[in-house]
Amino acid sequence: MPHDHHDHSDDTQGLSPSGHPYKPDQDHKLTRWQAMEIAMRELLIEKGIVTAAEITATVEQMDRRSPADGAKVVARAWVDPAFKARLLQNGTEAIREIGVEPGVLKLIAVENTPEVHNVVVCTLCSCYPRNLLGLPPDWYKQRAYRSRVVKTPRKVLAEFGLELPDTVQVRVHDSTADMRYLVLPARPEGTDKLDETALAALVSRDAMIGVATARHP
Amino acid sequence: MERAQKVRVKNWHPPGHVRAPMYLRGKTGEIERELGPFANPEELAYGHKASRRRLLRVRFTMGELWGAEAENPADILEAEIYEHWLDPINAT
Repeated sequence: MPHDHHDHSDDTQGLSPSGHPYKPDQDHKLTRWQAMEIAMRELLIEKGIVTAAEITATVEQMDRRSPADGAKVVARAWVDPAFKARLLQNGTEAIREIGVEPGVLKLIAVENTPEVHNVVVCTLCSCYPRNLLGLPPDWYKQRAYRSRVVKTPRKVLAEFGLELPDTVQVRVHDSTADMRYLVLPARPEGTDKLDETALAALVSRDAMIGVATARHP
Repeated sequence: MERAQKVRVKNWHPPGHVRAPMYLRGKTGEIERELGPFANPEELAYGHKASRRRLLRVRFTMGELWGAEAENPADILEAEIYEHWLDPINAT
């Protein structure tokens, strides 16, 4: 058999031409739950309950969710005090108003003010408002963040570059059950002339989790 | 149990899936708001027909949770706790 490249056994050592370490192929055996997922999916397709195209379309729709929807909600709350009041009163209904479909999401929005800074965590697992913000960042799911932010939130926030004075009360929201949380960051100064689209561009995912503030223009 | 009611999280340690975090068990807080009835995750997790239980948001101070180790005792932690995990504390 023709063999025009070097032995693969070296591939896991040293660096690739682009300077990154080689990683082993992910061709380990399926876990029980991976096998169960495939079996269930194939059965549903075989029995005509869903089609493969429908599953792909749903996965694509889930992947399309991004922090942009959350930023749109924040920008609207900044320019429309009545909307902000409704958002703080009933987050789930308020986001539907501006065309973000909450689905199963039950939302509580919490507002940052000069006196209060909010930050969100799920200590038990990784609950996150995915319908509004897309997939959570890796650090949000890790034990270090989940265990430390409930005990030393100020230290954790400082590690994210956010130093809070003692005059600001920190409120940590642990998503322990059915609600999901959106932090409504404070509107930066000097943004009076910006329209909603420009304002939304100042709102990062991290600001809506509460480990950052909104950007200054 | 209504808003502002003082409560203590039960110091239960049942086996299996529960959603009252260990670090809040036995701690005292105050109802921040009521969230309404939700399917009890302790039954749902095992495929049982779940009963509806009241879910409440409870506000704790960091001083209550962590004592002398709290960074700032007046800082707040809020979490959702099912009513059957809470005992009301009545002012004496």
